Parts: sequence; C-alpha cells; structure tokens
Amino acid sequence: MPAGLTLNHFVILSLALFLLGSICVLTRRNAIGILLGIELILNAANINYVAFAFFNPAAHYDGQVFAIFVIMLAAAEAVIGLAIVLAIYNHLRTIDVAANETLKG
Amino acid sequence: MLNPLPVAFIRWIVVLPLLGAAINFLAGAALQKRFGRTAISLVGCGVVVGSFVIAVGALAGMLQLAPAQRFMLDDLWRWFDVGPLRLDIALWLDPLSMLMVLIVTGVGGLIHIYSTAYMHDDPAYWRFFGWLNLFTFAMLTLVLADNLWLMFVGWEGVGLCSFALIGFWYRERSNTNAGNKAFIVNRVGDWAFVIALYALFSGLRAVGHPTLVIRELARYAPLIADHPGYLGMSLVTFVTLFLFLGATGKSAQIPLHVWLPDAMAGPTPVSALIHAATMVTAGIYMVSRLNFLFSMAPATLEVIALVGAATALFAATIGITQTDIKRVLAYSTISQLGYMFAALGVGAYDFAVFHLMTHAFFKACLFLGAGSVIHALGGEQDMRRMGGLRERLPITFWTFLAATLALCGVPPFAGFMSKDGIIWAAFSRGPLFIWALLLTGAGVTVFYMFRQVYMTFFGDFRGTHEQEHHLHEAPWPMASVLVILGTLSVVGGFVMLPKFVSDFAPFARFLDPVFTAPATHSLMATEFHAHLEVYFALLALAVVAVGWILADACYRTGSLDAASLSGFADGIFYRLSLNKYYVDELYDRAVVRPYLFATRALAWFDLRIIDGIVNLAATLTVFASWLSGLLDRYVVDGLVNLAADATLAAGGRLRRVQTGSVNAYLYGILAAVMLILVIRAMVRA
Repeated sequence: MPAGLTLNHFVILSLALFLLGSICVLTRRNAIGILLGIELILNAANINYVAFAFFNPAAHYDGQVFAIFVIMLAAAEAVIGLAIVLAIYNHLRTIDVAANETLKG
Repeated sequence: MLNPLPVAFIRWIVVLPLLGAAINFLAGAALQKRFGRTAISLVGCGVVVGSFVIAVGALAGMLQLAPAQRFMLDDLWRWFDVGPLRLDIALWLDPLSMLMVLIVTGVGGLIHIYSTAYMHDDPAYWRFFGWLNLFTFAMLTLVLADNLWLMFVGWEGVGLCSFALIGFWYRERSNTNAGNKAFIVNRVGDWAFVIALYALFSGLRAVGHPTLVIRELARYAPLIADHPGYLGMSLVTFVTLFLFLGATGKSAQIPLHVWLPDAMAGPTPVSALIHAATMVTAGIYMVSRLNFLFSMAPATLEVIALVGAATALFAATIGITQTDIKRVLAYSTISQLGYMFAALGVGAYDFAVFHLMTHAFFKACLFLGAGSVIHALGGEQDMRRMGGLRERLPITFWTFLAATLALCGVPPFAGFMSKDGIIWAAFSRGPLFIWALLLTGAGVTVFYMFRQVYMTFFGDFRGTHEQEHHLHEAPWPMASVLVILGTLSVVGGFVMLPKFVSDFAPFARFLDPVFTAPATHSLMATEFHAHLEVYFALLALAVVAVGWILADACYRTGSLDAASLSGFADGIFYRLSLNKYYVDELYDRAVVRPYLFATRALAWFDLRIIDGIVNLAATLTVFASWLSGLLDRYVVDGLVNLAADATLAAGGRLRRVQTGSVNAYLYGILAAVMLILVIRAMVRA
C-alpha cells in the first residue's frame, strides 16, 4: 500500500461514487440507467466496508465478507431488475420511467 | 258416629251418572247418529237406575246396622291440604243423605225415563241427557259430600246444570235470559254460602279445631258458641244467617225467589227434576244437615220460620192468578219450600225432610202431568186455552188429581201427613202468626190447585180444532212414570202417621240419629199435648174444604164469578197477585237498572276519560319521538357526516402525492433523508 494513503481518501472516493450513482438514479429516465446508478451506489458502499475494515485492526475481515455479500446481492438484484425492465418493455413497448405512470394514485 | 263404617261402593252411586254424562257429552252425537236415540236413552236412564239400585242396596245394608251406627264413609282421596285445612273427596252416607240419594236417583230416574218420550223429537236429545246426568252427579255430590266445600262443589254444579237446562232451547232469547237470571240470582246466595264457610272456619280455627268436615263440625260446633262473631251478631248466628241466605237463593225463598218462575222456560222434565223435586230442596237439605248449628242460633231459626211462612203464603197468593200451567206449579213449589223452611225454623227437622220427600213425589207428578198436557197440546201452556181434557187424557187426569189432593193435604194422601205435621209443629212450637200464615197458605193452595185442575181438565176444550184433533194420551214411558208417582203421592206418606192416629213413624225413627242436637231455642218452649193435634187437623181440613168450595164455585159450577172476585177493592189485590207483587219490577228498578246505568256510566268514563288519557300519552310520545328524531338527524348524523367528509377531503388532497413517477419518489426519499440528517445535526448541536 503506497504511503500517505489514508482512510479519508477512501471515504471521499466512496462519497463521490455514491453521489454519481445517486445523480444517475435521479436523473436517468431510462430504466437500465437507473439500474446502473444503483450498481454505483452499492459499490460505493462496498468501498466503505473494505476501507473501514482495513483501517480497523479489530474488525478482521468482516468488511470484506460483507462486500462479497453485497456483490452477490447486486447480482441478484440486477437479474430481477432487468427481468422487470424486460416485462415493462414487453407490456408498454418503452423503458422510459417517466412515461410509465400507471402507479399514480 | 265416631267410627263410620268404611264402604267402598258408595262412590259408584256418584260415579255412574258422571260416567253417563261423559258418554253423552263426548260420544252422544255420534251414538245418536249411529245407533239412534235408544242408545242415548239406555245410557242416560241406565246410569241413574244403576245408582238407584246401588242406593237401595246401601239402604238394605244400613238397615242391618243398629240405628246409632248407621253411618257409612267412602273416603276416596285427599283433596287438598292447605295450612290447617285438610279436606278429602269423601262421601258420607247417613240416614239423611241416604234418603236424599233415594229421592234423587229414584224420582230422578223416573223423570229420566219420562224424558225419553217427552224429548224424543228434540235433535239435541243426547245433550239433554248429558246435562240431566251431570245434574244427577252434581246433586249426588251435594247430598253425599262429607265436608262443606265438597257440598259447595255440588251446590255450584247443580246451579250450572240448572242454568244450562233452563236455557236448553237456547235459540229463544227469553229462555237464555231466564237461565241467566237463575244463575245470577243464585250467585247472590252462593256468595253468602261462601262467606258463611269462611266465618265458620275461622271461628273453629280460633278454638283449635279447624275443620269443615260435617261430622267433625257436629262435635266441635258447641266450642264456638261464645265466639263474638261479626256485625254485632254471635258467630253462630252470623254463620247460620248467611247459610240461610245461601239456601234462599237455591231454594227460591223471599227475597231470592224471583228466578224460579222464570226457570219454567226449560223443558218440563227439567222443571220436575231440578225445580221441584231435587235441586231447590238443596237449601232444606243443607239446613237439616247442619241442624246442630242452626239449633244453636235461635235468632236465625226465627228468621227462617218467618221467611218460610211468609214465602209460603206470598207465593201461594201469586199462584191464584197465573195462567201458565207451569208457572202456577212454580209458585206452588216456592210456597211448599216455604212450608219446609217454616218447619225447619220451628225445629221440626223431621217434618221438613218428610215434606221434602212427599213434595218430591207429588210435585214431580204434577209437573210431569203438566208436561203430558203440554205434550198433548203441542206446546200450549196457557190454561185459558185448555179445558175438558179429563176424558181424553184419563191417566194424566187421575194421577194429576191424586197429586193435587196430596199437595192440598187431603187425608190420607202423602201431603196430608207431612203438611199437616208442619202446620201442627208451627202451632205447637212457634209463634201463632207463623201458624196462621201457614194455615191461610194451605187454603190458598187448595184454591189455586183446584182452579188449575178445573181449568185444565174440566169444562169445554178452549183450544184450536187442530189441537183438539191431535189430543192424545201420554205414551207409555210417560204414562207409567205418572202412575208410579201418582201412587207414591197416595201412599208415600204412610211412613209417618200423625200422632193422634198412631205412633207408627219409621221415617222419623230412621232420621232420629241425624237430628240428635238438643233443640234449645225459645220457639220450642212448650209442646202442646198431642190430643189437641186432632182438632187442629180438623181445622186444617176445614180450611182445605173452604178453598175447594171456592175453587169449585168459581171454576166448575160457575156459581161465583171469578171476574167479579178479581174486581174486589178496585182489583188491587188481583193486580198485585197477577204482577207477582211487582217484585221483578222492584228488582228491575233497584238493581238491574242502576246496574245497567252504572255500566253505561263506566263505559262512558272508560271511553272518554281513560281512553283520553291513553290517547294523550300516545300523542305526547309521538311528539317526543319527533323531537328526538330531529336531534338524531341534525346533530348526531351531522357529526358522523362531518368526520366522513373531513376524511374524504383529506384523502382527495393527499392522493396527489402519489404521482406514479419513480423519480419523484426517489426525490422524496432523498429529501426525507436529508431532512432527517439536518434535524439530527440540529438536535446534536
């Protein structure tokens, strides 16, 4: 590990990644884009897990294990999310979430 | 007397007529349709004749016993047991009830047989015999009852049957009215009877012997002699006076005599059975039954003697002017019952019961003879349209004549033995005016009876040609009964000969054990010597002769003009007698009209005032509920609707939040998270 690299650097990276992901989720109208944003948010969280685990000797490898769980979860989430998107497309012939207001109360 | 012989067959005397009534009422209509009237006749007469046979058997058994032990008891079951009052359904056969049972079933049985012919064409033949049997049952219950309550059951039962049989031809309003009158007038007497029983029981309870059993009463009655009683009378006087008032209702004495003449609306056999031979003598029977009690109350006995003697003359004078053949006999019955009460009043119980028996024979015979005449004339009852029936109805005539002579007290007919005995007893034991009333009554009796005989059987026939064509002698069941009763009217008195003829009096010997109570009342201060009796008998005969000569002159030979006699003193006596001394009118003014007026006034009060109050309450309720409805509709419902409307409005606003746009939701989540973070930071700070 290069010297001078501290926990703060990782946290800032993670925050940047989370913000990018959030902006992607909020602004994209394409459903697949939203899914991509979610992946970014999840990975921002992963970086936090690993970084905190690395800089805290008492934590052993807990953070790493959790990161693996999150990756696995993200995969499953992507599968279901893409399946829904496919179903929406089959139903409405579009994957634009703004056009899809059938859930309006 | 303390150890009556238990005999189980006595119950059959009572049960048989009840059985007959049950069969006739429950199956009578079907029997009559299926087997004809003969079946009804067999059942109806059979049960009464059966009772008579058993009664004769009981008499034979009783005569085997020593006179002091002639008491039989048939205790069926415990009736009720309330507090100190314990009563059994038990039948008590002593010489007095034995005699009554023989009269009820014997004379009653003959009248049943007579009825088979008399009522033959009536469609409700079965109903008639049902009531007749039920009456016999009730009368036997009355006479055989071992206690006063059971006697009262019979007492009411005979009243009910009397009511039903008077109104037997109920399609005519006057008949049912007569039935009602009999029932209601009797109710007054029954009320007095019940009052007497209560008073008697409470008095006996106070001395520690609460009982209404007659044979125990005889033992314990002296204990209540000093009881203060009610209404300023001693208890014994009070009880006996009310019992006597009960007897005046049942036995048609002044002032409750008014129902009996109207009771003639019933079929003639009913008049003979109920309103001459048996039911109306229930009062006599009750007083003789309780002779020990009445002997303790001299004041009551004086009242009884006075009422009896007054009734005897009073009813006889009404009988003179009546034109309905049955009404004459009805007044005659009232009069003869008056003789019996007069005898009771002077303490001559045995003569009262003796006259009761001979009267049952000759009065039943007279009524049945009248029935035969009515039957022959197709329902005609007015003597002014009869006459000359002597040749056409010989059997009826001769039996009627025999019974008339018996009633008039001509020796040696039965009535002479009993009635002359009563008149002599009245003279020898009572005040002179009682005797005078009775003797005058005897003369009047002869007059109205021979007037009846002459108007009916002598002279020329005054009815229509059609009636004359149809005249016929009674059919054999009627004729044979008339002959039997006629014979009894002749020979029935030989069981007790006048003292001046002979001491032969098995009748009095037989009844002696019943009338054991010492007659201590003042009316019996001195017994005149028996040798005087013969002169008084001759005097009575002279009176009879005068009555007969007058009747003969007026109605047979015509040497005296009856019409001019009735005009005597401006006809005031004639009108009084013809209108029955206006007693009915008096009751109408004094009781019936005020009562009807009161009912109308009460009806008005009910309709206007009570109903007005009820309607006012209803209107108020409707008004109050209208107010309550308003409150409900506008206040309660308003609040509920307000809540509902508020919820609806809030929902309408809030639903805009749910846009359906995923982005909008995400913005919302982000905004909420940021808000929470800001709030936390502020809170931390």
